[in-house]
Amino acid sequence: MKAAEDEPVIEDESVIEVKNLKMYFPITAGILRRKVGDIKAVDDVSFKIRKNETLGLVGESGCGKTTVGRCILRLYRPTSGNIIFMGTDISRLPEDRIRPMRIHMGAVFQDPYGSLNPRQTARNIVGKPLKTHKLAGMSDFSTRVTELFNLVGLNPVMMNRVPHEFSGGQRQRLAIARALACRPSLVVCDEPISALDVSIQAQIINLLEEIQDVMGLTYLFIAHDLSVVQHISTRVAVMYLGRIVEVTNAEELYSNPLHPYTKALLSAVPIPNPHIEQTRQRIVLKGEVPSPANPPRGCHFHPRCELATTECMEIKPELRDIGNGHEVACFKV
Amino acid sequence: MEALLNVENLKTYFNTYHGQVKAVDGISLYINPRETIGIVGESGCGKSVSMLSVMQLIPTPPGEIVDGKAIFDGNDLLEYDAKGDKMCSVRGGKIAMIFQEPMTSLNPVLTICRQLTETLEWHLGMDPHAARLRAIELLKLVGIPEAEKRIDAYPHQFSGGMRQRVMIAMAISCNPEILIADEPTTALDVTTQAQIMELMKKTTEEFNTSLIIVTHNIGVVARYAERIYVMYAGRIVESGLSYDIFDNPCHPYTIGLLKCVPQLGETRNTRKLIPITGMPPNLIDMEPTCAFLPRCTYKNERCERELWPPLRHIDGKHYVACHGDIREKK
Repeated sequence: MKAAEDEPVIEDESVIEVKNLKMYFPITAGILRRKVGDIKAVDDVSFKIRKNETLGLVGESGCGKTTVGRCILRLYRPTSGNIIFMGTDISRLPEDRIRPMRIHMGAVFQDPYGSLNPRQTARNIVGKPLKTHKLAGMSDFSTRVTELFNLVGLNPVMMNRVPHEFSGGQRQRLAIARALACRPSLVVCDEPISALDVSIQAQIINLLEEIQDVMGLTYLFIAHDLSVVQHISTRVAVMYLGRIVEVTNAEELYSNPLHPYTKALLSAVPIPNPHIEQTRQRIVLKGEVPSPANPPRGCHFHPRCELATTECMEIKPELRDIGNGHEVACFKV
Repeated sequence: MEALLNVENLKTYFNTYHGQVKAVDGISLYINPRETIGIVGESGCGKSVSMLSVMQLIPTPPGEIVDGKAIFDGNDLLEYDAKGDKMCSVRGGKIAMIFQEPMTSLNPVLTICRQLTETLEWHLGMDPHAARLRAIELLKLVGIPEAEKRIDAYPHQFSGGMRQRVMIAMAISCNPEILIADEPTTALDVTTQAQIMELMKKTTEEFNTSLIIVTHNIGVVARYAERIYVMYAGRIVESGLSYDIFDNPCHPYTIGLLKCVPQLGETRNTRKLIPITGMPPNLIDMEPTCAFLPRCTYKNERCERELWPPLRHIDGKHYVACHGDIREKK
């Protein structure tokens, strides 16, 4: 199967489908580094992203949202499960077969200071994927890079500068330009704006939205800020301790949240309006997120949930569709 | 009602290799007893430096408090020797501070007990045993389970939210008159953020403490602050009751700030975000004109001709530093 060379045939409209993805990291101890347990970073996650759609993945730190993103990019080899990207199951592909697939994937990471090589010029950083995948010759290399600079709103005059000469927002634009260099179909954005100043965040959100419309991109947008995720996403998946607890479209998530964790998460997000804020009832969760090395039995959320019964303590709730593509993993809904 | 702390015309400059950075350039603010105020601004606007200046925690050199007063209890804090007894009894005793990064602000090699009792022994002259009992009480107050056992743990054995609770316990241990919280929840998750903010509000109310929340998150202050100061490039550009700031923002920067943050419940179909163009200014060798001028969408030729405008009264407690007329902006 030469999926990479030929344009892959997509039967249904989903660009990527993740089925029962599990990613466990071993905990080792002692001199022999014997395995004593697992960090269940991602524990049975399934979702689909359709073409031209943005799936927002929200959750608190340690819930496994970044690990999902890295599995999709195949930066990790998943413990089990399938990742079907453009018709090919990439979850078990060896490294030499996965590399050509990465032409169709882009990635933007959180820290624009750490993700750009400080010794390379902006031209080389942005054009690196073109060279790696041999997508541009000597003649059209500069033209392509200039195009990319214009696309992300950077002046091509700055092409020969090195990263420290750019501000945080401009660096994130460079990272976006690099992610788009191979004209990917899927871009994984892992907390792309959380390291930026408030007034710059909106610039990057708008840029991502515009580029999506122009290039017909599909995004997996990973972030912890619910109001940002909701703004950019078509659908939102809420993760808690390695599992997806609720998936629905962006409007419905706000107007009709069903999972108790989603409700708590929404009520914790501050709204910049004192009239709403000072009368709003807040659900303040008790306790802390349990360790993913030793998650609670049954529903992972039950120790902090007010609705929990014995059923929740024993049986793992599966995501079930309650209409309109709104899926929730809770017995009490 | 007389203000508890009154900061007048504070100026803190840093002398760097590239030139002088006017981190705080003439700000005045006050806080009343039992009041909660918010100081909002982006990174580098001088919000933290102004609070550190009041506490005399600015590293000198390179930093220097060039001018200004901080009147607290009838005395000017800035006249005290930074390392002298008088300043030390205020710092941590009467004015306490909570910092952003709860890992770095706790000493990793000392137990929680030692770090809590140190303040109690130093400021209140308690003996070690009494201090320990009080420390356990404080930990219970901030909601740390099994406080008797956990008190002998080290900071790395606590999660981020728990560490911030310890910091709050430490800050309120001497029953301060003012609590300064410098980005108290920025390093924390949203649900933990909600826990910590509610805890801080509850404890300050219980102890009759005034609270200064320094943050870049305008949503956080909307819930808690009664008055808000908006800072930009080392100066206060707008101040007023939080209703004034949110309902009737008069400075183009405040207006921009409110328009560029997505609100919960909004999607890209309902409202497009309007970003503030450009980027925050470099504080070295600033033009004498308004620092927001290059990014301002409401500028007129008067802004380019004249110096940075001082704060101008609008109504009630609402002040703004802008040449332009507010009504035109609406």
